[in-house]
Amino acid sequence: MVPIKSLEEKFQAAVDAEIKIEPKDWMPDAYRKTLIRQISQHAHSEIVGMLPEGNWISRAPSLRRKVGLLAKVQDEAGHGLYLYSACETLGIDREELFEQLNTGKAKYSSIFNYPTTTWADIGAIGWLVDGAAIMNQVMLCRTSYGPYARAMVRICKEESFHQRQGFEILLTLSKGSEEQRAMLQDAVDRWWWPSLMMFGPSDKESTHSAQSMKWKIKRKSNDELRQQFVDATVEQAKILNVTLPDPELKWNEERGHYDFGPIDWEEFWNVVKGNGPCNKERLAARVKAHDEGAWVRDAAVAFAEKQAKRRAEANKVA
Amino acid sequence: MNNWPLWEVFLRSRQGLHHKHVGSLHAADEKMAIENARDVYTRRSEGVSIWVVESKHIHASSPDESEALYDPANDKVYRHPTFYDLPDEIKHM
Repeated sequence: MVPIKSLEEKFQAAVDAEIKIEPKDWMPDAYRKTLIRQISQHAHSEIVGMLPEGNWISRAPSLRRKVGLLAKVQDEAGHGLYLYSACETLGIDREELFEQLNTGKAKYSSIFNYPTTTWADIGAIGWLVDGAAIMNQVMLCRTSYGPYARAMVRICKEESFHQRQGFEILLTLSKGSEEQRAMLQDAVDRWWWPSLMMFGPSDKESTHSAQSMKWKIKRKSNDELRQQFVDATVEQAKILNVTLPDPELKWNEERGHYDFGPIDWEEFWNVVKGNGPCNKERLAARVKAHDEGAWVRDAAVAFAEKQAKRRAEANKVA
Repeated sequence: MNNWPLWEVFLRSRQGLHHKHVGSLHAADEKMAIENARDVYTRRSEGVSIWVVESKHIHASSPDESEALYDPANDKVYRHPTFYDLPDEIKHM
C-alpha cells in the first residue's frame, strides 16, 4: 500500500500544478468532506433561493417582468441540480443531501432568510445578491475539483441574465414616481449589508479559509471578494441614483479601493444560527414541498415498473 | 466475435475537461473494452481517462421528436442576457 503521506504530497503537487482533481483520483478525506459540505450548501442555496423570488411571480407588474422572473427561478432549480450532481460524484447520494437540508443539519446561504416585502426586492436580489454570488462563482470556475468547476462554468454562463434582469427592474424604478424611487432606495437599504455578509466572515475569523485556499477550492479570500464586489457595485449605484447605506463608504486613493464601514457580524451569526426573519418559514416551505411531492416520485417509480413489466410480457409473447 | 457487445467510448483529453464521445468498438467485457479503447483511441495520448458504456445502455432522444423537444426554447428570448436593456456605462454585467 502506498503510504498516505506520499499520496497527500502527490495530491498537493497536482493541485499546485493546476491539475484538476477528478472523482476517481485519490484525495484526502478532509478535502472530500470539505467539498461535500461546500457544494451541497451551494446546491441548497440555489434551491432555497427560489423561495423569496417565487413569492413575487404571481404579482410581477407586467408580463415582461413575469416571464423574466419565471425563467430566473427555473434557472436556480437547474443550478441546484448541476451542483447536486457534482456533489454526488464525491460518493454521497441525493437522498442524504435532501435529508441534511430538510432536517436543518446542512446550511444554505443566510441571505435567503430575509423577506422580499416589495417588488423592488426582486430587483435588489438580482443586482446585489446575484452580483455578490457571481463574484464567488466566477472564482469557483477555477476551483480544483473538476466536476465542481465544470458545473460553475455552466452556471456562470446563465447567471449574467439574472443580474441584468434585476438591474433593469431597478433602473425602471429609478426613473419612476417618487414612491417608486423610495421603494428602490428602501430595498437597497435593506439588502446592502446582508449582501456584503454573503462572502462570509472576515479572513481573520474564517475557520476553513486557509486550508481551502491551499487546496485551491477557493482562489480568493472572503475579504478580497467582498472588496471586489463593493468596488464594482458603488459605481453601478450611481447609475441608479441610490445611496448605499454606509456613511463610511468612500474612495481610498492610496489603496485603489473603496473603504467601507464595519459589518454587523452579530446579525450574521444570528441569522446563521436560525434566528433570521424567515429561517423557519424557508425550511418549512422546503419540507412541505418535499413531502407533498412524495406521491409524484412514487407514481414515477410505479409507472416505470409497470412499463418494464409490460415490455417483459410483450417479449415473452414474441 | 459476433456476440461481443458494442461499447461506446468516451475520453477525457486532460484533467478538468468532460469526457467526450469519440466512437465505439466491440469487446467481450468492460476490461477488454477499456484496453481496446486505449489501443484504438489513445495511441497519440489523446486521453487521460477512458469511459466505456455498453451501447445498449445508451438511450437517445429521437430526431423525429426534435421539434417537440426543442421548439419550446425558441421563443424565450428573455432567458438571454441581451434581452435586458442596460445603459452603456454598465460594464461586465
